[in-house]
Amino acid sequence: MQKVLDLIIEKIIFICAIASIIFVILIFSFLFKEGLSFFKNYEVSKFIGGHFWYPSSDPASFGILSLIVGSVLVTLGACAIAVPIGIMTALFISEIVPKGARDVLKSLVELMAAIPSVVIGFVGMITLVPLVKSIFSLPTGLTAFSGSIMLAFMAIPTIVTISEDAIRSVPRHYKQGALALGATKWQTLRRIVLKAAMPGIIAAVMLGISRVIGETMAVMMITGNAAHIPHSIFEPVRTMTATIAAEMGETVRSGMHYKSLFAIGLVLFLITFLINFIADLFLGKNKNT
Amino acid sequence: MIKLNPKLSQKFSYTLLCLAAIFAIVPVLLMVFIIIKNGASAISWEFLSSMPKDGMRGGGILPAIIGTLSIVSCAIIVTLPIGVCAAIYLNEYAKDNIFTRIIKLAIVNLAGVPSVVYGLFGLGIFVMFLKLGVSIIAGALTLSIMELPVIITTAKSALNSVPYYFREASLSLGVSRWQTIRYVVLPNAIPGILTGAILSIARISGETAPILFTAVAFYVPHLPHSIFDQVMALPYHLYIISTQIPNMPKDVIYGTALVLLMMVLTMSCVAIFARIYFRKRRKW
Repeated sequence: MQKVLDLIIEKIIFICAIASIIFVILIFSFLFKEGLSFFKNYEVSKFIGGHFWYPSSDPASFGILSLIVGSVLVTLGACAIAVPIGIMTALFISEIVPKGARDVLKSLVELMAAIPSVVIGFVGMITLVPLVKSIFSLPTGLTAFSGSIMLAFMAIPTIVTISEDAIRSVPRHYKQGALALGATKWQTLRRIVLKAAMPGIIAAVMLGISRVIGETMAVMMITGNAAHIPHSIFEPVRTMTATIAAEMGETVRSGMHYKSLFAIGLVLFLITFLINFIADLFLGKNKNT
Repeated sequence: MIKLNPKLSQKFSYTLLCLAAIFAIVPVLLMVFIIIKNGASAISWEFLSSMPKDGMRGGGILPAIIGTLSIVSCAIIVTLPIGVCAAIYLNEYAKDNIFTRIIKLAIVNLAGVPSVVYGLFGLGIFVMFLKLGVSIIAGALTLSIMELPVIITTAKSALNSVPYYFREASLSLGVSRWQTIRYVVLPNAIPGILTGAILSIARISGETAPILFTAVAFYVPHLPHSIFDQVMALPYHLYIISTQIPNMPKDVIYGTALVLLMMVLTMSCVAIFARIYFRKRRKW
């Protein structure tokens, strides 16, 4: 009896384990199905390369190039801020501060990660946006630049937490070897520890990018949502995620516009899949050292 | 090129790193401070316990609070057992083969899917295909898939931290594998699993994009009666009142943001302190 029961439970456990695979396949095939029925009526090259996103005019135009540029611009901007600060903060927390302070700082970073993106978007809207407008004397403060700054604060916790793990997992004898040869602590840190932890840090950066590119609410509130190809970072842009979130409510179910949003979802899914896959490769590499 | 004195360059770099850390953390503390300072005056018992009035401009946010709590609790009820079972498989049963690697890859990718894509998926599968409609249950199922990788990862590391000789001792007494997991491994891993669960509850309470098309409505004049009702939710409510409604009194927006923020931060703090407490108490 006990054996039969054990067997049943073990089967249930196994089914739960493959649930993740099932969900990934479901998500992909679902997006793919809706996307495919969109691409039957609209060429892929016109979709990816088209400059104009006029989903509800007649004839409708579904070019997402401006949305891709918007997403990439905001993401690059956020990375330019979050990557150096994130890695430096990780170094600071793991190697310089005393142990007691380290735990406090790590918890603080973890709390930062929990702040909802709508709250970040709201605070950005009322503090940063007017500031950007007046400092750079722009017609509007809702720009890719403002979006990048706020998103950087969402990427920093991810980058700090994962790089910190990578830095801490560098074997202690690497450091001891360098110190014994007379290197200063900083030289050891920069030339030995940082190099050994590099795969993990790269993974951290990739995961930070993936978080930023998928971020929806804050960008929708701060970047101005203008679907055109921007000339500089100080112009309003519209990202892929914001387009889906803003327009899904007003589409006709199973119309072309509705399907086009799923096609954007498919593009986003493939991009993040690729980024996460690469990050995972780097993380695996890190464990071998 | 001037060669800097190594000691001096160390001092310089440490200062730089310290500045970076300040720059990473202080603005976020400032954000929290701004919300607390401006929102505290809006918080009253009435604000927390009454329905909105005058097109959201007055009254309270009770339906949004109830809505968020019901979506999140449904989501965790669904996702916790599946996640823990998956973690048990990965940590206790899985062999190091291609199949296990595929499961791990799936989990990593599930964790990376953008939240708005989960929203699309939930809309297609739960709202349209399974005909659950825009409802608490559709939103909860969407969030539960989104939370699955986090639950699995934290539960797995909790199981992994139970020393191997616990299992050996039990197995050597002739206890079966599942019985060992059930009576030896799981009880020791429960604190870790629970803190992970609380952290992920905190995280999904603040999520907006996945429930945008699956669960929430702009305004619902009554509290939800069943899990098939549309609801209001705190993060969506905050989004609506801060962007869509003209002449919205600022203190109501700040008040709503403060309630949401406190809900999320309190839960995260509880989880973090619980983790520190249990780590100290651990017998091995």
